[in-house]
Amino acid sequence: MTGIATLRDLVTRNLRQSGIFIAFIAIVALFSMLSENFLSPGNITNIVLQYSYILVLAVGMVIVIIGGHIDLSVGSLVAFTGAVAATVVIRQDLPWWMGVLAAIGVGLIAGCWQGFWVAFVGIPAFIVTLAGMLLFRGATYRTLDNISLSPFGGPYYQIANGFQNGILGGRGVDVFTLVVFGIAVVGYAFAAWRGRRASVQYQQSVEAWPLFILKIVAVGVVVMWFAYQLAQSRGLPNVLILLAALIIIYTLVTQRSVFGRHVYAIGGNLTAAQLSGVKVRKVNFLIFVNMGFLASLAGVVYSSRMNGAQPAAGNMFELDAIAACFIGGAAVTGGIGRVTGAMIGGLIMGVMSNGMQLMGIDQSIQQIVKGLVLLLAVAFDIYNKRRAGTR
Amino acid sequence: MNDTILLMSDITKEFPGVLALENVSLDVRRGEIHAICGENGAGKSTLMKVLSGVYPHGTYTGEITFEGERAAFNSINDSEAKGIVIIHQELALIPYLSVAENIFLGNEQRGTGGLIDWNRTNSAAAELMDRVGLNENPVTHISQLGVGKQQLIEIAKALSKKVKLLILDEPTAALNDQDSAHLLDLLRQLNAQGITCIMISHKINEIAAIADRTTILRDGKTIETLDMSDPDATQNRIIRGMVGRDLEHRFPERTPEIGEEVLRVEDWTVHHPTQPERVVVENASFNVRAGEVVGIAGLMGAGRTELAMSVFGRAYGRDISGRIYKRGEEIKVHSVAEAIAHGLAYATEDRKKYGLNLIEDVKRNISAAGLGKISRRGWVNGNEELKVAEEYRGSLNIKTPSVLHLTGKLSGGNQQKVVLSKWIYTDADVLILDEPTRGIDVGAKYEIYTIINRLVAAGKAVLVISSELPELLGVCDRIYTLAFGRITGELPASTATQESLMKLMTMEKEQVQ
Repeated sequence: MTGIATLRDLVTRNLRQSGIFIAFIAIVALFSMLSENFLSPGNITNIVLQYSYILVLAVGMVIVIIGGHIDLSVGSLVAFTGAVAATVVIRQDLPWWMGVLAAIGVGLIAGCWQGFWVAFVGIPAFIVTLAGMLLFRGATYRTLDNISLSPFGGPYYQIANGFQNGILGGRGVDVFTLVVFGIAVVGYAFAAWRGRRASVQYQQSVEAWPLFILKIVAVGVVVMWFAYQLAQSRGLPNVLILLAALIIIYTLVTQRSVFGRHVYAIGGNLTAAQLSGVKVRKVNFLIFVNMGFLASLAGVVYSSRMNGAQPAAGNMFELDAIAACFIGGAAVTGGIGRVTGAMIGGLIMGVMSNGMQLMGIDQSIQQIVKGLVLLLAVAFDIYNKRRAGTR
Repeated sequence: MNDTILLMSDITKEFPGVLALENVSLDVRRGEIHAICGENGAGKSTLMKVLSGVYPHGTYTGEITFEGERAAFNSINDSEAKGIVIIHQELALIPYLSVAENIFLGNEQRGTGGLIDWNRTNSAAAELMDRVGLNENPVTHISQLGVGKQQLIEIAKALSKKVKLLILDEPTAALNDQDSAHLLDLLRQLNAQGITCIMISHKINEIAAIADRTTILRDGKTIETLDMSDPDATQNRIIRGMVGRDLEHRFPERTPEIGEEVLRVEDWTVHHPTQPERVVVENASFNVRAGEVVGIAGLMGAGRTELAMSVFGRAYGRDISGRIYKRGEEIKVHSVAEAIAHGLAYATEDRKKYGLNLIEDVKRNISAAGLGKISRRGWVNGNEELKVAEEYRGSLNIKTPSVLHLTGKLSGGNQQKVVLSKWIYTDADVLILDEPTRGIDVGAKYEIYTIINRLVAAGKAVLVISSELPELLGVCDRIYTLAFGRITGELPASTATQESLMKLMTMEKEQVQ
């Protein structure tokens, strides 16, 4: 089946993915027309900062959902890990990194706790994490004695609010940001070229050269435009570096690692996975440990951004993260989903909240619109699947 | 007797890119049993869906005349109102409702005020069950009945709808020989009561036994309609019509070259997973040698699958005792992963439920059990995986547009080849194949047998579990019989006959000692 894939092939093969990309572009275009500030450098930076912790949660959540589970506790866990970090850094006056480590440690323990009940006792994740939602919220109140702790200040505050900026100078436009993104684009092009070469060696179908180059140039242009906007504003946000690293790592984990394969296998057909020698308990356990880890990262980012820990922090975050996954094409029954899809799903939610805020639309309307988008996204997905005749 | 109840003429049905039916014609006479046979994908189910209104009038071309009237059904309700009832291969009963509730589902017996009249429902259900020869309490839950009885409930449900033309899609596919025989008897009785039957089947001998006439479909076209009383209408002629070629032998030739013993199981006892006091397999001992195909014959419920799955890393049962020897040395197998590491493989009887991830592509299903071979330090080499998948697509002749195609879209035979690929790729020395040809067509069966022959020629040991005795006699070197969880006999295939096997398989519990 060596050969050259046409544009149409590519589009139909990736319909679910490309559909969501097109929707994303349409939404961005819509808001940029409705609000002139929407695509301003400052606002683009804001979108990244405002929604980063949901995206971090969505990375873990999409793996949970692919495995056929759900996690309702992440919002509470964000609050709890943030509270732990605040206790360490603000109350105990210890260095910022000890706060981060404490939060991550607590996240991992919480993940092990939930993983134990799901994987080894066999309680459905819905129940375990519903209990976790209450447990961790209660633990947050206890840790904070029902009051807010602030401010972090110093390096901890910089995690979510700091920028890498001015290292290479530049007038009005940060050169460092542009260089970092430039390297990323070159790296992407190189990886794509190597992948294409390997596919040719294995006699797989690849897209034609012009199409291939067009794709890379298009991605390069969009990314560099985005970089230019950031560079004009405050430079490269620290959070974006963290987020980029997570997306790259977890895309690889889900697509290329044995663990990732096993998650898809369990979500797709549990018994078949078991009978193929997949250690289902171990994989399920790790899924929740990983979710705990990412929830703690989100907890650190959120508490840093808020410059403090509140007892009610992270309320409803789980629902935003879950919605991001489903808008991004994950299947409710498990076995289907992608990290990149969840990221786009999360960005759609983020862009819409931000755009509607800029336009001064009422909170209540915003909720209604978000609810409808979730519903329509999944409806579109089902329609697509039916048309493709999958099931 | 020669009046035509149903006439379908020049039916053409097109799906995007596929011509599923092309000018198919079918005439069914009142009061006959009319068999429709053809390979998977030949268009049998599509034709029945056109007839029953699943594909509404206007989505196909051609004409349907039922009882002299032109029929234009827009839904199943329309066709059922005229007395055409279809029973699908996958039974459509609701497990946690009672027999009576299921029979009258969608057709509830109402009393005063539109409320359900339970007395009438249950007594009518009992009457209908009596007609199909079933003696159960109408309030029993469906989940408590076996597949054979569920099939009869479906027929009772059809009778409740005043059926004139009953269509059965592969009615005996999931049934054992006894239940099948009972079902076929029932069809004859119903037939005598004036109900016309259309039966879709793969099983040629079944068709030969029961059908008055047979229509053969191939690649969406009618090949011919045979009158079964005609001496020319032989089983071979039907097979020839279905596959489009002469199948001299239904089983490929093989000269056995049997080597050393590879696997020996001794005193294997297994208890039921949820009813620990129930013994499912008792003191079973068997062995299989390199280059040998060993069959396990047994009626449904004899413990065949339970035996195989418990040996395969204790994937079934509890309180398992016994010993497993691999090439003379005792091995401990406590998990599926260990079983695979010891070179065991088990291809399940229910590939959709237990064998495949249908929402994943062919490639990833093939590599699922042997992922370790194409990964290093936990990372999978995707290109190597593609290469492996392409190799198996070629060598096992898996018919799919690409290995990136979803497994759920393949036909049964090709899905089975994906399952086999998965297990062959693990480099197993012993392959346990549970009903390897269930629900697949004649041509694909032959291919599966050829694959089995290639495996043993390469020195593998193969265990085949099957309900079809001719199949066991055709492919095996040696056959064990199983009844009530105990091994009741061991016969070389060369001297065994269907009768001798059946005798051992149906031994009474008291005799089995």
